[in-house]
Amino acid sequence: MTTVSNAEYRGVWVFIEQVAGEPAPVSWELLGAGRQLADALGVELAGVLLGQGVAGLVSEAWAYGADRVYLVEDPVLGPYRTAPYARALVELVQRYRPEILLLGATSLGRDLSGAVATALGTGLTADCTGLNIDPATRLLEQTRPVFGGNVMATILCQRHRPQMATVRPRVMPLPPRQEGRQGELVRVGIALKEEEALATVLKVIEEKGKAIYLDRAEIIVAGGRGLGSRENLRLLEELAGVLGGTLGASRAAVEAGWLPPEYQVGQTGITVRPKVYFAIGISGAIQHLVGMQNSEVIVAINKDPEAPIFKVATYGIIGDFQEVVPALTEEFRRQLAARSA
Amino acid sequence: MLQMVVCVKQVPDTAEVRINPRTNTLVRAGVPAIINPYDAHAVEAAVQLKEKYGGQVTALSMGPPQAEEVLRRALGMGADRAILLSDRAFAGSDTLATSYILAAAIRAIGRETPVDLVFCGKQAIDGDTAQVGPGIATRLGFTQLTYVMAIDGVDLEKGQIQVQRKLEGKREVIRGRLPALLTVVKDLNELRYASLPALIRAARATITTWSKDDLDLDPASIGLKGSPTSVRRIFAPPARPGGELIPGDPRQAAAILVAKLVQTKIIADK
Ligand SMILES: Cc1cc2nc3c(=O)[nH]c(=O)nc-3n(C[C@H](O)[C@H](O)[C@H](O)COP(=O)(O)OP(=O)(O)OC[C@H]3O[C@@H](n4cnc5c(N)ncnc54)[C@H](O)[C@@H]3O)c2cc1C
Ligand SMILES: Cc1cc2nc3c(=O)[nH]c(=O)nc-3n(C[C@H](O)[C@H](O)[C@H](O)COP(=O)(O)OP(=O)(O)OC[C@H]3O[C@@H](n4cnc5c(N)ncnc54)[C@H](O)[C@@H]3O)c2cc1C
Repeated sequence: MTTVSNAEYRGVWVFIEQVAGEPAPVSWELLGAGRQLADALGVELAGVLLGQGVAGLVSEAWAYGADRVYLVEDPVLGPYRTAPYARALVELVQRYRPEILLLGATSLGRDLSGAVATALGTGLTADCTGLNIDPATRLLEQTRPVFGGNVMATILCQRHRPQMATVRPRVMPLPPRQEGRQGELVRVGIALKEEEALATVLKVIEEKGKAIYLDRAEIIVAGGRGLGSRENLRLLEELAGVLGGTLGASRAAVEAGWLPPEYQVGQTGITVRPKVYFAIGISGAIQHLVGMQNSEVIVAINKDPEAPIFKVATYGIIGDFQEVVPALTEEFRRQLAARSA
Repeated sequence: MLQMVVCVKQVPDTAEVRINPRTNTLVRAGVPAIINPYDAHAVEAAVQLKEKYGGQVTALSMGPPQAEEVLRRALGMGADRAILLSDRAFAGSDTLATSYILAAAIRAIGRETPVDLVFCGKQAIDGDTAQVGPGIATRLGFTQLTYVMAIDGVDLEKGQIQVQRKLEGKREVIRGRLPALLTVVKDLNELRYASLPALIRAARATITTWSKDDLDLDPASIGLKGSPTSVRRIFAPPARPGGELIPGDPRQAAAILVAKLVQTKIIADK
């Protein structure tokens, strides 16, 4: 084996995740983050698109900032299976040698990145919330929460290439879409065999009626243990209804059985980045905060003036939610009606 | 007959871990060590398969000598034997080195009887990377099945396993070839309570310890030296700058807040 020096690895790559042709929005968020890294390094930004019948997403990748897209289309890449996806990505990396490779920290992205990094024998930093280039060393500084969010760590991958990281959805802002922006397309053929896929997807069952879009909601009205009972959720539903928002929950509210686990925001739940996050009867434990502190505006309603949630809230109201929430609902109804009149 | 290996990690109860803001070091003193919660479900899954299809369950852990505790826990839940990988040379291993060492141990176990299934937790609650399972599967060339929430069945004749994977808003039913590596989520099963005889047996069992010399390992691929990632610094999570408390009784406060949000067009009429 010939050894390749690190200087021969150039460029920033983003894995464009798609399932049945439907792109995962985190891919575009990563192109936004990747653009900044590529500019800091003075190198190109490329998207990597694997699948079957997915060429339509190439122009989307350009519009979100990719200078170039590597496209591998193959029937074996139709449904996601680890082995062929990992094989294709590993071969691309070995052929074109990017210095940085980013993937979404989705179930697919985590499944794939762990296999790819191992096959490449390089480092992989999980679940990053911050990415930065050290101008002196040109190294990628990868910051991530560990120990359940109680601690942050900055990780380096000094000697191996590419430097690989996964990033949670909704942590990086979605970059503006530049309609009509053009880039380069590189189609690559990789000999894949169905027998080497090792697995067959028999069926995919949609879990209906669940808050699966919580991570894309613009307004979230979240409740915690302070609600006291499931009946009191009604007050939050009314507020969410007036604002066109979605409900959310702390783990305590989920454990009490008031809302299903899909609504849980935080370290072991979903990361959200809405325009407005209402935290109602939620104390603001660190494991909750890591899931929502990137919200544009945080409104906290809590009867305890010492509650840690007030330390991160843009606006806080100290009081009993049973009085504050209905008053808010009524005021929104009145003021929004007045505006549109 | 199924030959199964379950990887169990001893972790600090992360709810208790904090950073000393003055020294920026971890405060670990007095933090209890527990079995990684997902790994307990992995043990349970393997034991249930053994009850159904017959076979053997080996619990495997890499860690300091006190990691024996989590192996005894696995034995109490029904694992047949336990192996601890313990050596100073393993310290500081990142996920690439950890999966290298665990894979070497699984290969060694497989030299007695070939391994059909390896189980890992979805992720460890301290490192939180979810990378060790895929790392082991890749090194062994096993079929990788992550986020398993149900095991529909094993077909020993055809050498296949069918599982359901928990994905975002979806469940995937997938059939994979054996040997396979599964990483499991908590929905997979309910943990059993260890019976008193099982606990006694577990407390008395001898746990095999393997050092680096018992395994076929390249010294350059283990520990700090074999780890491409390194922690440059650790620090307490930055606080988001606090904002403004809105005074007044609930009605007054509500009116002020709503005016702020509506006027700045953060919340607009749809
Ligand atoms: C490994 C690990 C992972 C975790 N992951 C998550 C996670 O993903 N998400 C998560 O949320 N938590 C998570 N937790 C749990 C977390 O530590 C907290 O226990 C949890 O967030 C607390 O929920 P809460 O704020 O609803 O409840 P509490 O902390 O009990 O807070 C209730 C609040 O309601 C207020 N209140 C009571 N009555 C009223 C009233 N009438 N009007 C107004 N306010 C009122 C109280 O003052 C209090 O501040 C995790 C913990 C661990 C150890
Ligand atoms: C602050 C900090 C940050 C870190 N960040 C990274 C990082 O970004 N990238 C990186 O590569 N490493 C990182 N590490 C190192 C990493 O935590 C260790 O390599 C650890 O041994 C395994 O990773 P994990 O805890 O994330 O396990 P995971 O990959 O989350 O564990 C998944 C499963 O693998 C099995 N398993 C894992 N470890 C063992 C074990 N020792 N014995 C038996 N079974 C096991 C268990 O079944 C477990 O459920 C970090 C360490 C620290 C202290």
